Amino acid sequence: MKRVLNKVFEALLPLLAVPVAFLIGAMMLLALGANPLEAYGAMIAGAFGDVSGLTQTLVKATPLLLVGLGVCIAFRGGVINIGGEGQIIVGALAATAVAVGFKEWPGLVLLPLCMLAGVLAGAMWGGVPGILKARLGVNEILSTVMMNAIAVQLSNYLLRGPMIDPKEIEAGTRIAQSALLPRSVWLARLVPQTLLHSGAIIAVVLAVVVFIFLWRTTIGYRIRAVGLNRDAAKYAGINVPFYQALSLILGGAFAGLAGAIEVMGVQHRMMENLASGYGFSGIVAALFGSLHPLGSIPASVLFGGLLVGADKMQRAVQVPSALIDTLLGLVVLLVVGSQVISRRRAHRRETRG
Amino acid sequence: MTRYLSSGRPILEEMRMQGIVKRFPGVLANDHVDFDVRTGEVHALLGENGAGKSTLMRQLYGMYKPDEGKILIDGKEMHFNSPQDAINAGIGMIHQHFMLVPGLTVVENIALGLKSSRGPVLDLDRVEKRVLELGEQYGLKVDPRAYVWQLAVGEQQRIEIIKALYRGASLLVLDEPTAVLTPQEVDDLFVTFKRMASEGHALIFISHKLNEVLAISNRITVLRDGKNAGTRPNENVTRVELAQMMVGRPVILQYNRPPVEAGPVRLRIQDLHVRGDRGKDAVDGVSLEICGGEILGLAGVSGNGQRELAEALAGMRPVRQGRIILNDKEVTNGSPLQHINVGQSYIPEERMKEGAIREFSVADNMILADHGKKPYSRHTFLDFKAIREQVGKIVSDFNVKTPSLDTPVKNLSGGNIQKLILGRELSRCPSVLIASQPTRGVDIGASEYIHQRLLEQRLCGTATLLISEDLDEIRALSDRIAVMYEGRIIGIVDSKDATPDRLGLMMAGVETA
Ligand SMILES: Nc1ncnc2c1ncn2[C@@H]1O[C@H](COP(=O)(O)OP(=O)(O)OP(=O)(O)O)[C@@H](O)[C@H]1O
Ligand SMILES: [Mg+2]
Repeated sequence: MKRVLNKVFEALLPLLAVPVAFLIGAMMLLALGANPLEAYGAMIAGAFGDVSGLTQTLVKATPLLLVGLGVCIAFRGGVINIGGEGQIIVGALAATAVAVGFKEWPGLVLLPLCMLAGVLAGAMWGGVPGILKARLGVNEILSTVMMNAIAVQLSNYLLRGPMIDPKEIEAGTRIAQSALLPRSVWLARLVPQTLLHSGAIIAVVLAVVVFIFLWRTTIGYRIRAVGLNRDAAKYAGINVPFYQALSLILGGAFAGLAGAIEVMGVQHRMMENLASGYGFSGIVAALFGSLHPLGSIPASVLFGGLLVGADKMQRAVQVPSALIDTLLGLVVLLVVGSQVISRRRAHRRETRG
Repeated sequence: MTRYLSSGRPILEEMRMQGIVKRFPGVLANDHVDFDVRTGEVHALLGENGAGKSTLMRQLYGMYKPDEGKILIDGKEMHFNSPQDAINAGIGMIHQHFMLVPGLTVVENIALGLKSSRGPVLDLDRVEKRVLELGEQYGLKVDPRAYVWQLAVGEQQRIEIIKALYRGASLLVLDEPTAVLTPQEVDDLFVTFKRMASEGHALIFISHKLNEVLAISNRITVLRDGKNAGTRPNENVTRVELAQMMVGRPVILQYNRPPVEAGPVRLRIQDLHVRGDRGKDAVDGVSLEICGGEILGLAGVSGNGQRELAEALAGMRPVRQGRIILNDKEVTNGSPLQHINVGQSYIPEERMKEGAIREFSVADNMILADHGKKPYSRHTFLDFKAIREQVGKIVSDFNVKTPSLDTPVKNLSGGNIQKLILGRELSRCPSVLIASQPTRGVDIGASEYIHQRLLEQRLCGTATLLISEDLDEIRALSDRIAVMYEGRIIGIVDSKDATPDRLGLMMAGVETA
């Protein structure tokens, strides 16, 4: 009985972290003269309370999940991919370029082609750090972060120069954004009058695919072996640098796809700030899902909800947006912290009877 | 009245464990065990792999909490919640797998986690002085400024012992300390044991080697299936009795090695030069040929290039000069996979680091080298049914004790992990086998089994390079014995001409014609 209770407690601990974060947040809200009950009410209702909120949550969860899946693969392979942000950007750029460049082509061909372009661009962006690591042992944390910076600059250049919407030049406003994508590549809306698009279904299907890939195929087996014990993997004839590079490439491919799906499903054009932090929040969502592709599904929805709800709360009670960021940061900190605690407890219970 | 050790710590007169019970999921590791040790005594703990020796000692060292039973020190009941509590009570433990930080120096490792006598400023010079004193006093030779990664296992172990003494241990638990040592190092270690015991330390010594146990201990306790199968004073017991107590049946200590027709040369090593970690040539011009159906034993004091040679043969260490030819195919500087594909199996010396993945299950570890082939996978998909069938067979063939095929390997006892690796490598029917210390840390029953499997493999025409520091093992199994000294083969003798004396001389670098 005690054992069962312990297990339940450990499973619930990360979920408990959320209310604790909210409690601390409540004190800050009070200090700012806002009513916490009102604020949180607005938050929860905003994120999950009605069709509009719920769909917005799922719209945000989609790129989080896609990035998170790439993070799962990379982390399982023992490499750390911080480059999601840049990979989203290049994925989105590539998809946009293809869609705008071949806009007469039939959607049946063009739509998958756009996604493929996003995947390949992301894979390339993950591949550079991957190959640098495999060939020269360059630390992937550094190189993926640098690739983020390069992607941002590349996007700035393209959106102000070659890829800028010709209408912006005509109108003289010169806002840095691309032309509208042809309708043929817009992803189908799942609920009319909302932004929820079929990319969400693609993401969930891919979560299952990644699960099968990691635990049912030889390539996934090798990636996990390399991530857990490089030496033993090497002795067993597994090409360690190759699989490390591969995990970074696959991680990039998923983030690139997230970028492509974001332009094709939500914005319908490439613009600045399209990645809006998904590359980083996706890491947190994956960690919250215990680096398990299926666990990442609910984790992404929860995080999507937080992002949407926080927005609504800010509007409802008029607090500075920095507070919202602080609150999200608190949740992240406590969730990750509580996971460490529950893992330790489980370990102690195993060894100490 | 309290007596003191030369370090100024009080002597621990008597430690007594009563009715210790420890359960793990699916395993009763200790079943009402009584065990005690007194000052000035060496008490040996014997038992098959998985009998529960390490588990019993980990409870004494505060790593696990007993489910039932008491631990008394000088009559007082103790409750250890962490190794720190045990250390404070004067207990030290040297683990089966060392726990040093490779990137730090010897002194830094010893000072790690201790308060500096100079507050926030490190006092490494004082630590160094004390380390040298302790080394002098107990006959433990170490270089305090060397980095741990540069050291051979024997040296690492001496550091572990000094570390425990530095922390003021008066009761020392040594979990299979001799498994990794050369005969000479074992003798030195026993001298250290005697000095410690005569000074009032109490020692608990775990080993699988009966002659060692009989040579050093005052009392001997045998654990079997988690139960105490008897505690005997050294004088009243023989090797055969101990073996019988451990295994529950008589054990063969002699093998017959029928002559086989030598096959073609399967492994050819020509003028091999391999760099060691310290930048010099650790293998300095080795040439060897091994035929199918032959076991070539490679003897030598550890640190004379055997490890580097083995690693080069596995494809893990670059060859600077010379050639390796496997089954008439040159594989010099080829990847480990190339070696595997030409039909080579490899049993690495460091099983936890190189031979198995701790977090992977028994089944996942068993398919490590062959997961990409039939029957384990088809078109990149793993076939779990075939895996379970095949792995289940190897596990029962090789007598690997595990609660299930899904148990993570880190929960298996040391000897059972070795059996798993051996099972994996031998069931691949290799034409060339490189076996590095294959029975290190393995109990006598299992050693007997492994030896028989190696001999069977010989009958099937496998060419085996057996690298071992256990001369008895080398002599019992090998057709020819090569001795390595300072990176070279100092001589190759026929097994029947290889007397221990002659081998001993060769190992010391004396060429005997
Ligand atoms: N942390 C653990 N979790 C689950 N089972 C464990 C754990 N540690 C040990 N066991 C199991 O308990 C039993 C006793 O293991 P233990 O390591 O004490 O054996 P041992 O006598 O030291 O063997 P060896 O000679 O091989 O070192 C084994 O069956 C082992 O699989
Ligand atoms: Mg043990």
